[in-house]
Amino acid sequence: MASGKREPFDNAFVEWVDSRLPIFTLMVKEYRAFPTPKNFNYFWNFGAIAMVMLVLMIVTGIVLAMHYTPHATMAFNSVERIMRDVNWGWMLRYMHMNGASFFFIAVYIHIFRGMYYGSYKKPRELLWIFGVLIFLLMMATAFMGYTLPWSQMGGWAATVITNLFSAIPLVGEKLVALLWGGFSVDNPTLNRFFSLHYLLPFVILGVVVLHVWALHVTGSNNPLGIEPNGPQDTVPFHPYYTAKDTFGLSVFLILYVVVTFWFPNVFAHPDHFVQYDSMVTPPHIVPEWYFLPYYAILRSITFDIGIPFTDIVFINAKFGGVIAMFGAVIVLFFLPWFDSHPVRSARFRPWYKIALLALALDFILLGYVGMETADAVKFGIPLVYVGQICTLYYFAFFVAIVPWLSKNEKALPLPKSINDAVLAAKGA
Amino acid sequence: MTSTAANQNKDDGETRREFLFLSAGAMGAIGAGILAWPFVDSLNPAADTLAMATTEVDLTPIQVGQAITVVWRGKPVFIRRRTSEEIAKAEKDDNADLRDPQKDSARVKNPEWLVLVGVCTHLGCVPLGQKGNDPKGEYGGWFCPCHGSHYDSSGRIRRGPAPKNLAVPPYEFVSDTLIKIG
Repeated sequence: MASGKREPFDNAFVEWVDSRLPIFTLMVKEYRAFPTPKNFNYFWNFGAIAMVMLVLMIVTGIVLAMHYTPHATMAFNSVERIMRDVNWGWMLRYMHMNGASFFFIAVYIHIFRGMYYGSYKKPRELLWIFGVLIFLLMMATAFMGYTLPWSQMGGWAATVITNLFSAIPLVGEKLVALLWGGFSVDNPTLNRFFSLHYLLPFVILGVVVLHVWALHVTGSNNPLGIEPNGPQDTVPFHPYYTAKDTFGLSVFLILYVVVTFWFPNVFAHPDHFVQYDSMVTPPHIVPEWYFLPYYAILRSITFDIGIPFTDIVFINAKFGGVIAMFGAVIVLFFLPWFDSHPVRSARFRPWYKIALLALALDFILLGYVGMETADAVKFGIPLVYVGQICTLYYFAFFVAIVPWLSKNEKALPLPKSINDAVLAAKGA
Repeated sequence: MTSTAANQNKDDGETRREFLFLSAGAMGAIGAGILAWPFVDSLNPAADTLAMATTEVDLTPIQVGQAITVVWRGKPVFIRRRTSEEIAKAEKDDNADLRDPQKDSARVKNPEWLVLVGVCTHLGCVPLGQKGNDPKGEYGGWFCPCHGSHYDSSGRIRRGPAPKNLAVPPYEFVSDTLIKIG
């Protein structure tokens, strides 16, 4: 990667290595001298935080795998053994379990940051696409991890989610048998989920390398959304942002540790502590909280799509729900092309800002709807209607509101440079 | 050599090289596809899984109005000995507004015995309605708690998100009181 002119190092060993493989030069260039906009706020901590969470998940996961048995009759008990008998097993397992939740918290904030400040826009489209890909891989990994303790919740989550694929016309049933390796979720399914749950985090790590590489080609966006014009607009990454990231990370980890040690089951559910029984579905199954908005979108498609007033159906409700749920993630890939407004930051786009904050609320409301039962009624309103309106807004935001604003919104005047804006804010 | 001949030679060489490239590429792609198949197919149900494909059930202990659940291919199979009212209701509803229209007579071998795969056709949960105190849904059959599908006393979908009736597994009466599923 780094080649060409190289500054020699004073340390003889470092110099010996670096002249053969310029890895120290690379680190200095990308993590010490790397010019970074000097106006980051705390939203810019979450990329580094997410990376730390990924490493933490991999490290705890590797150790847990040494004690876990991926077999339908033994998996549940092996997890109980981790909790009771393995030295520090309870801690490692709770760190892993809650680590997934905190990883998603960090990533959701990171995605929101990208949307609010327009970090997905030219020239950072590919950087954004790698990010969405990481998010998608995370979802697959988290879902498979959820099934591994072979609990009622995990086993039935596996059943429901794999059954989504049966909605695909013609090949659906065959595809589901292929996913299961049998006629139902059983030992072959557990085995392959374990294999993939171990593999995918390393695939994520690979895409993270591409994500960071792409970031270091374009440079970081910043809260003003204008490009730095020169050294007066930037600071070196180290020590300025290593320090800021460390501070933000510490605050985040304190919250994580508080939950892990004092409320370790706050994100769990009683059915997660009962062994999987393929003959009895628990009365109320829900996915992990970070999937609830997508689950609500899945359930909000309760109608067939076809020619009105006839019996002709193109997409039945079940397949429609599946398309909507996956579509809700896939649509993120295209955000850079839905929004071609020249101004990046929502600070200077009042209408986009309102639409995006409404989307954030909409997403939280969808999460609430996903948590309740399918036929729940609150304040006399069936929640399925709330879910349908929220789903409509979710998609309208991407395919209608943002493209319209992108052509018609008049932005507020932009500052001349990052430096000017920073000095003006300081009253200098 | 004239320039025309040289050009022609060059053209020939290009076409020949393109042909070789294309055919080598095509052979490579076919080879990769063939090599990939065992990896994909290894995920399909294995021989021992396929071998467990039949289950025999003795019907003698089941009273009228009772239902039992047996395991077939790792899935629950519902066997309900229907009452005459349930049969009458199921047959009366043959002409109702059905999402997946099917006559009750096409779903049973003997109207008294209803044999169904106990897996909701929506997303694979096990519907309630087998035990005496279970909710049986609005149509007196089964109710799926996951997403609220209602099935009637013939196991047909009547309300909710499920697209199809509860499946009837392949089965046969070995004798009057013994069935073989699968």
